[in-house]
Amino acid sequence: MPLLNLTLKVWRQENAKSEGRIETYEAKEIPTSASFLEMIDIVNERLIQDGEEPIHFDHDCREGICGMCSMTINGVPHSKERGTTTCQLHMRKFKDGETICIEPFRANAFPVVKDLVTNRSAFDRIIASGGYISVRTGSAPDAHAIQIPKADADTAFDAAACIGCGACVAACKNASAMLFVSAKASHLNHLPQGQSEKDQRVLGMVRQMDEEGFGNCTNQFECEAVCPKEISASHIAKLNRDYLSASARDSVS
Amino acid sequence: MDSKLINPANKRKFKIIVVGSGLAGGSAAATLSELGYKVDCFCYQDSPRRAHSIAAQGGINAAKNYQNDGDSVHRLFYDTIKGGDFRSREANVHRLAEVSTEIIDQCVAQGVPFAREYGGLLDNRSFGGAQVKRTFYARGQTGQQLLIGCYQALEKEINSGGVTMHPRTEMLDLVVVEGHAKGVVVRNLSTGEITTHAADAVILATGGYGNVFYLSTNAMGCNVMAAFRAHKRGAFMANPCYTQIHPTCIPVSGDYQSKLTLMSESLRNDGRIWVPKSAEDAQAIREGKKTGADIPEDERDYYLERKYPSFGNLCPRDIASRAAKECCDEGRGVATTGLGVFLDFEDAIERDGEDAIRARYGNLFQMYEKISGDNPYKQPMQIYPAVHYTMGGLWVDYNLMSNLPGLHVLGEANFSDHGANRLGASALMQGLADGYFVIPSTIAVYLAEQKPGAVTTSHPEFKKVENEVKDRLKSLMDIKGTKSVDSFHRELGLLVWDKCGMARDRAGLEEALERIPEIRNEFWTNVRIPGSASGLNSELEKAGRVADFIEFAEVLCHDALAREESCGGHFRTEHQFTEADQEVQDGTTQTGEAKRHDDHYQYVAAWEHTEPGQPPNLHKEELIFEEVKPSIRSYK
Repeated sequence: MPLLNLTLKVWRQENAKSEGRIETYEAKEIPTSASFLEMIDIVNERLIQDGEEPIHFDHDCREGICGMCSMTINGVPHSKERGTTTCQLHMRKFKDGETICIEPFRANAFPVVKDLVTNRSAFDRIIASGGYISVRTGSAPDAHAIQIPKADADTAFDAAACIGCGACVAACKNASAMLFVSAKASHLNHLPQGQSEKDQRVLGMVRQMDEEGFGNCTNQFECEAVCPKEISASHIAKLNRDYLSASARDSVS
Repeated sequence: MDSKLINPANKRKFKIIVVGSGLAGGSAAATLSELGYKVDCFCYQDSPRRAHSIAAQGGINAAKNYQNDGDSVHRLFYDTIKGGDFRSREANVHRLAEVSTEIIDQCVAQGVPFAREYGGLLDNRSFGGAQVKRTFYARGQTGQQLLIGCYQALEKEINSGGVTMHPRTEMLDLVVVEGHAKGVVVRNLSTGEITTHAADAVILATGGYGNVFYLSTNAMGCNVMAAFRAHKRGAFMANPCYTQIHPTCIPVSGDYQSKLTLMSESLRNDGRIWVPKSAEDAQAIREGKKTGADIPEDERDYYLERKYPSFGNLCPRDIASRAAKECCDEGRGVATTGLGVFLDFEDAIERDGEDAIRARYGNLFQMYEKISGDNPYKQPMQIYPAVHYTMGGLWVDYNLMSNLPGLHVLGEANFSDHGANRLGASALMQGLADGYFVIPSTIAVYLAEQKPGAVTTSHPEFKKVENEVKDRLKSLMDIKGTKSVDSFHRELGLLVWDKCGMARDRAGLEEALERIPEIRNEFWTNVRIPGSASGLNSELEKAGRVADFIEFAEVLCHDALAREESCGGHFRTEHQFTEADQEVQDGTTQTGEAKRHDDHYQYVAAWEHTEPGQPPNLHKEELIFEEVKPSIRSYK
């Protein structure tokens, strides 16, 4: 199996309050079939052997669905490969001798916890502000009580595929969370079940997004380009329309 | 039902701790809060939305009979009992089948975007061990969509103030006061701070122990710590030897490998599993001299279709996994390591077209290509069995309460519904059944006898357990040895996979039971954990989990050794059908199939912790079958 020798430039930061710095590590004899995170595992195993602290990074399922892994790789969240999470990125995409820069997802609303680990709980607070359908357990009608045209169900699904990783925020020069918020709004607003709370949902989530310190959207579409689930920026347009009508209704009610 | 009720005004006086925020824990926390209880919910991930239920791909079963193909609550109940090889409790399974239909209603109402037909109605597909189409799905991301529905319900309750969420917080011990589970000791993983929390009841929904094998399809963080801490505090561990090896995972590629990736069982609806008939062809494929496409049709052995004509590629997981192992043991395996079989979509693509296959499995094919570097539309996938799910877990009664009063256990963390083998698409069903529909009513049976808020963290037991937790962390940090935590985990995993994996025998298990204490001793004298216990320290987190896996592995092997029969996921090579058996001669079953011994082993093995390093004590719960007559489980 081909092996790679790489140089890593990695952001190290003790905690949220301390200064960060870039450290250089040699990643030697990395198999091309290893995943990017397995490459870091190999480097960490050697750091531990040398009595140093390993590089801290978020990861869990390692199959591209939990949204826990982050990392900005050579300036691009989840790397320049399209439609992938860091954990699904494999070393066969790199060349021998390459230097790779690894940083955390950067945004004021995502403070660094340690090294490459950030706190993304702002996203949870946005969902808590309206990203749901209020249906008490046990009170649901039969699942076939409402027929939903396949096209609507599919569009809702495309938006619901969001894994909440935050790459969209990290890629945006304004650190805007509009793709994340619009995906959730679009998922629920496209469904008949989601209609009754639609205005409240859109207003609540957008207000919370602003409060958390995310920036505004200026239509650069960097978010769409890095989204591991390839969620379309067209959801942002729908959110803007829904927000406008909800605000209008809100101001006259 | 002989249940108890708590008046709505009194519910708010009760506090309940829920550990885990996956389908079982998340749905329980949200629903209990809707009912009025005060809930504290803990998860080790940075958000409750990331619990490993999210990775379930294929689907969720429900006896809706929307396809009009003969499904019913009774049939789902029967399939689950039979699928579990007659080692589960009838009453629990029947309740599961009954509430299955309500789960689908609830999820649709929450906005879970299940797959639909053009007419706007819900679509279904078929899963292993069933001859009806009762599986609801959301592309290949059913677990994700169900968990997001559940997470949103949880966030709604967090917003209403009913649930206090503690993310990046790990339970390190259970606090038992006068025989009742009344609280937990936790560590804030970001700051390292240790705190105690008291409640009127504790719910564990902390998932399975598959990572005892090191390599599994579980998330990296999945662990047995919460369940094992409870076990050490008196809760019985039931049937740990029932572990599920999933037949369709991407094969191991090297020793740096950190986890294995599952390819959904739903692929077996359209993919055909085969290996070459001859070992020579298989060797040529392994050496790269031939590819799957070079093997002519009559030189291929579609072994599942051959051995199990009526279920074919959709036979249950334990059977499909063992059949793959058998082929590879015969030298007919195909991956570079020889540990792989083909999952081939050529016929399906020819029949339905590439677009139809892409619509059904697009994300799975893409995932396969990312990991393996091969295009599955052009060449057959290579797959091999891997540890996926654990049927065993903490013992619970019908109300999902363990033998420790106040301690309730939900989802994969308990042992209750799947017997010795779980059928596909039943884990999501069980997690949500337990959380949305069972525990919200059964917990009242316990709470009705309790005075709310009677125990607080000022009880001396809290300080005592907190100090024990701190001492344990300090001992780990003070070892300052030479080997990493992962190196111990890898060593343990290889041993357990080798001796207590897809096939087990007495000699191997006895060897493992000798070896595990040696690993434990070396771990406690030679593990190296850099950094400090204050602040984020991923090595320290892993060390605590691996220390418990090492001890747990002993219980696992004791159980496997004591169960002198083969059933479901527990295959003892000494107990299989041979030519000499009447059942083989009359064609009821075939050689090499699992042989149960109902006369002696029709019981739940519930293990009680004794002293560290001493074998656990066995308690037996006899299984009584009133509705289904145990028979030889045949899928021919």
